[in-house]
Amino acid sequence: MPENHGPYLIRGARPLGGDPVDLLLRDGAVARVGTGLEAPEGAEVVDADGLIALPGLVDLHTHLREPGREDAETVETGSRSAAMGGYTSVHAMANTDPVADTAGVVEQVWHLGREAGLCDVRPVGAVTVGLAGKQLAEIGAMADSSAAVRVFSDDGICVSDALLMRRALEYVKAFDGVVAQHAQEPRLTEGAQMNEGCVSDRLGLSGWPAVAEEAIIARDCLLAQHVGSRLHVCHVSTKGSVEIIRWAKERGCDVTAEVTPHHLLLTDELVEGYDPVYKVNPPLRTEEDVLALREGLADGTIDVVATDHAPHPVEAKETEWSNAAMGMTGLETALAVVQRTMVDTGLLTWEQVADRMSVTPARIGRVEGHGRALGEGGPANVVLYDPAAPVDVEGAAMATKSSNTPFRGMTLPGRVRATFLRGVPTVLEGKIA
Amino acid sequence: MPEGTRAVLDGPEIDRALTRIAHEVLERTKGGHEVTLLGVPSRGVPLAQRLARRIERVEELAVPAGSLDITMYRDDLRLAPARALGRTEIPDGGLDDRVVVLVDDVLFSGRTVRAALDALGDLGRPRAVQLAVLVDRGHRELPIRADYVGKNLPTSLRENVDVRLSETDGQDAVLLGPARPRAGAAETGEEC
Amino acid sequence: MRHLLSAGDLDRDQATLILDTASELAQVGDRSVKKLPTLRGRTVVNLFYEDSTRTRTSFELAAKRLSADVINFSAKGSSVSKGESLKDTALTLQAMGADGVVIRHSASGAAHRLAHWVDGSVLNAGDGTHEHPTQALLDAFTMRNRLGTLEGLRVAVVGDVLHSRVARSTVQLLTTLGAEVTLVAPPTLLPVSVHTWPCEVSYGLDAVLPESDVVMLLRVQAERMRESFFPSVREYTRNYGLDGERLGRMPEHALVMHPGPMVRGMEISAEVADSPRCTVTEQVANGVSLRMAVLYLLLGGS
Repeated sequence: MPENHGPYLIRGARPLGGDPVDLLLRDGAVARVGTGLEAPEGAEVVDADGLIALPGLVDLHTHLREPGREDAETVETGSRSAAMGGYTSVHAMANTDPVADTAGVVEQVWHLGREAGLCDVRPVGAVTVGLAGKQLAEIGAMADSSAAVRVFSDDGICVSDALLMRRALEYVKAFDGVVAQHAQEPRLTEGAQMNEGCVSDRLGLSGWPAVAEEAIIARDCLLAQHVGSRLHVCHVSTKGSVEIIRWAKERGCDVTAEVTPHHLLLTDELVEGYDPVYKVNPPLRTEEDVLALREGLADGTIDVVATDHAPHPVEAKETEWSNAAMGMTGLETALAVVQRTMVDTGLLTWEQVADRMSVTPARIGRVEGHGRALGEGGPANVVLYDPAAPVDVEGAAMATKSSNTPFRGMTLPGRVRATFLRGVPTVLEGKIA
Repeated sequence: MPEGTRAVLDGPEIDRALTRIAHEVLERTKGGHEVTLLGVPSRGVPLAQRLARRIERVEELAVPAGSLDITMYRDDLRLAPARALGRTEIPDGGLDDRVVVLVDDVLFSGRTVRAALDALGDLGRPRAVQLAVLVDRGHRELPIRADYVGKNLPTSLRENVDVRLSETDGQDAVLLGPARPRAGAAETGEEC
Repeated sequence: MRHLLSAGDLDRDQATLILDTASELAQVGDRSVKKLPTLRGRTVVNLFYEDSTRTRTSFELAAKRLSADVINFSAKGSSVSKGESLKDTALTLQAMGADGVVIRHSASGAAHRLAHWVDGSVLNAGDGTHEHPTQALLDAFTMRNRLGTLEGLRVAVVGDVLHSRVARSTVQLLTTLGAEVTLVAPPTLLPVSVHTWPCEVSYGLDAVLPESDVVMLLRVQAERMRESFFPSVREYTRNYGLDGERLGRMPEHALVMHPGPMVRGMEISAEVADSPRCTVTEQVANGVSLRMAVLYLLLGGS
């Protein structure tokens, strides 16, 4: 990417959905905000009439698959996908091969992100060696590495050992880190294939009961409060989890939580045809859960939207349900799904969307230079989003290497027109710049 | 009665035709002692029952009567969705060495009779097989002829012969009218 | 009817048509020539990913009695065991011109997936813990033959409902056909949402027996005990096993059914298994007629 990009003048964008203004991006920062700004010499003008301007999105939960599963995604293709979705920073989960449980691996991922240059890739470090849940990984070394890891997670696997979880929560306090827990009681979910309920019983698929998530969340909230640590709960999926987190926050526990776009929109009824594109962990739940999650996100019980973007090659999904991999892609559809489920329903304003998808995730992940207001002097990380440009979702048309989007065949209400990372466009006119 | 349709046989005429056939069967089978009547569903079955009763009246002879469904032997199965099966009821004593008289309402292409002959072959070894029909409307597509005919009825391929019997339709009549289009069976027709 | 994947897909007319057709085809087994020419030139593939000699043989015999060409494609010793995916196997069968595929698979939903990948008809011969529609149909057929009607019939299904594909199909089919089903099992062996199913539920067998026209016993695998679904075989048998004494408390006309294979001494005593009221062998014979009916209705037409 050329380093010496000229200034960009964004004309007529609506910051946080407010009145149209012009934004001048120069030298990585928002240089001026106002109406009727003159284009400086050499500036490129971007017509943003009718577009919403938000601070560049920050994803706390992304699977970039590299190293190890480059057939599904690489840091580069995942970065493209992120940019196309309006993200300027993503957290790359640790369940790679080898696992990101050493300073060496997290630095490798961090370097690959820098090379791709399309968004700031923040590696997540594993909590335990090899995600095995037996022994703490070298969390401190990862924190001190050039990747400066602040989020630690065994995502995909729950840190189910209560004592180990307690130690991890305590240990990360030393460098203001946070443990992001994948809440899944392992014994209650042995062989689990989908949400346990009417649909699983009818389809004869082993159930993943809501209580397996809720029990761990309750335990971890109590643990975090006991040791005075920060806890982040990954991909909350049940009504009961929302209630427990609400209760924990009320009693002063320093807990944050995320919800995925797919859990805000899709339900387990979709599993009826046994198409593994709907197989995900935690599983799609019921309508009642979906409504509770939306409400929780609206009232702040759930702090952020995180994609859990989980690319898989075709063969991992074109198979029998029980044989198929769990996970869905999500970076490129996240904002549109949030618009449909939260904005168009009147549950969130665009300002609150910016909070849930940029400001707060950056704060939880301690991501410098992201999630800041679009004011003069702030970093020029900007996404321009068209909320009135319906998209027919098609897996093959995406920048991600994989096509396992559960939204395929659906029409989503809007699309990202442009993304700027430190004043440099990564996406312009809906294409990688 | 639908427009353009006319009755070619009424109830009493059907009665007389069956009575005549009963007499012919007795004559040709030399008293009918070895005869078994097999009706082809659906309307061949009540016709076979009626023939059996008439023979019984004439000769005081109980003629076994049953039914022979030919659906599984049809040559046009793939032209239409799978059909429900009719009943096959072979009278006690079976078919070996009997003179089997197949009974159907209309003889047309001859394909039903071909199928019935195949079906018979899987059920036993009759001494002879004969064919009785209420109406022969011509247009044979196979080398098959009836031994007993109630009425020869010259027809056009654009016409349809509809036999109604009180047992199945509430009244006795043979109607001739314009052909009805039939899904997948337009060429061969239900009445083969 | 293009495929038979789930008993729940059948409406009352379709289910009745299958049973009526089976009634007619049952005669074929008594004839000197036990064969019909109906499916001549059609190819039926038995794709069995699980060992089940009895079900495979039943389908094979049914297809052969209809003159279909039958290919047995078992997972063992074929490319399937070398890691070929279900999709590739499906495409292979497709290329070979299979008109119908009978699939038995350990994964719930495998038949549904297969139906996406092949043009021919797919017949679910048991998928994981999901469904086994022809077993439910042949059981209904057996009940109707013995007791005359299914309307209002009181059927107790006893045993490991949670893991039973037969139970899932049976509840749906018998409800469609007007019977009243009661599931009888310890709570651990019932699905959590069983109260939403169109049937009654009882935790005790003894209360249900005197009011049942049919008691259908499901196989209970001893490994369920190791998974703590029940404490011991002895306790299971004491509470849910059908022995001669319990048989005596059933109405005179009541039947004992079992989809097989039976575990004698577990869910059924030898005395009951060998009693004339136990229809197990009749179920096997009826299975051939019923499967002929399904194959005919799926493959016999256009």
